[in-house]
Amino acid sequence: MSSIRRTLERSPLSTAVLTDIGLTCLAVFFIGLSYGAVAVASGFPLWVPAAQSLLVLAGASEFLFVGIVAAGGSPFAAALAGLLVNSRHLPYGLALPPGVTGRGWRRLVGTHLMNDESVVFALAQEDLRAKRAAYWICGFGVVICWPGGAVLGALIGSAVHDTNAFGLDAMFPAVILALIVKDLRDSRILRAALAGAAIALAATPFLPAGLPVLLALAAVLLLVREPARAADERPAPVREGAR
Amino acid sequence: MKDTTLVVAGMATLSAGTYAFRLSGQVLRAKISFPPRVTRLLEAAAVILLAALVATTALTEGHGFSGFARPAGVLVAGVLAWRKAPFLVVVLAAAAVTALLRLAGVS
Repeated sequence: MSSIRRTLERSPLSTAVLTDIGLTCLAVFFIGLSYGAVAVASGFPLWVPAAQSLLVLAGASEFLFVGIVAAGGSPFAAALAGLLVNSRHLPYGLALPPGVTGRGWRRLVGTHLMNDESVVFALAQEDLRAKRAAYWICGFGVVICWPGGAVLGALIGSAVHDTNAFGLDAMFPAVILALIVKDLRDSRILRAALAGAAIALAATPFLPAGLPVLLALAAVLLLVREPARAADERPAPVREGAR
Repeated sequence: MKDTTLVVAGMATLSAGTYAFRLSGQVLRAKISFPPRVTRLLEAAAVILLAALVATTALTEGHGFSGFARPAGVLVAGVLAWRKAPFLVVVLAAAAVTALLRLAGVS
């Protein structure tokens, strides 16, 4: 316990950021509870959500996998659908500055810790040291809370059938929204994000899950021309670490 | 559960493929050096992806509409987050509003 406290005191992150990471992990734990309960209620043995949550470590795709197989789909088709949902991790890897996920053998572990939450917290920090700390602390938090929640949820799943009654399904979008709201205060990014969301929503009835979110990337085009002009208008030093 | 071997094969495919996605973006990034403008664009792209994820998980279920309760909860959370409410308040409000609406019979 004291070693954890010492690590946190040495960390380049403010208490506010650490608190937010802790609360995010708590929310992930609750979503994990509903995942485990849903998996067991769909007829899977406990080891399926347990292994998935640890090895895949990407919530949305796991929900999808369990849902498709439970509905009679082939596990292979379910895996492909899950991979489509998880393909967003490729642009995440492009967005992270080199070194955030660690170097050498550590990167093998750090790569597995890449998820929606750890990426947002890393991107929100100013310098590389803080980005790395946020990524790893949040990553480890999620790797404990997500499988922990899933296993506990599977254990109590037989007792509580309708986890939706508690509104747990609204927690995941709320968590992500709360984490990106800071970026959305930039009106150009807000406009692009809204356009991307509209594209994804419009495509959802027609395309397999996961693809609509990737299509949203087309909205990046809205930002391609404008930054050049903005950069001309502003003096160079302001751009340094502007985020 | 159906054929255990098939399910395990599906799980292995999903795990390995997801890891490959996580790795490949970083490998690409390390190979190519991007100008700062492109780097900012890549970060914005991640925010756009996340915003699309919020929209689809809040408003849709499968290929259809998720019903009103969930997006209403997420909307309340969004307003609270915009007004800089504490993170825990934002997330609990989403769950509470959605749960209360369902209790009141709104799906």
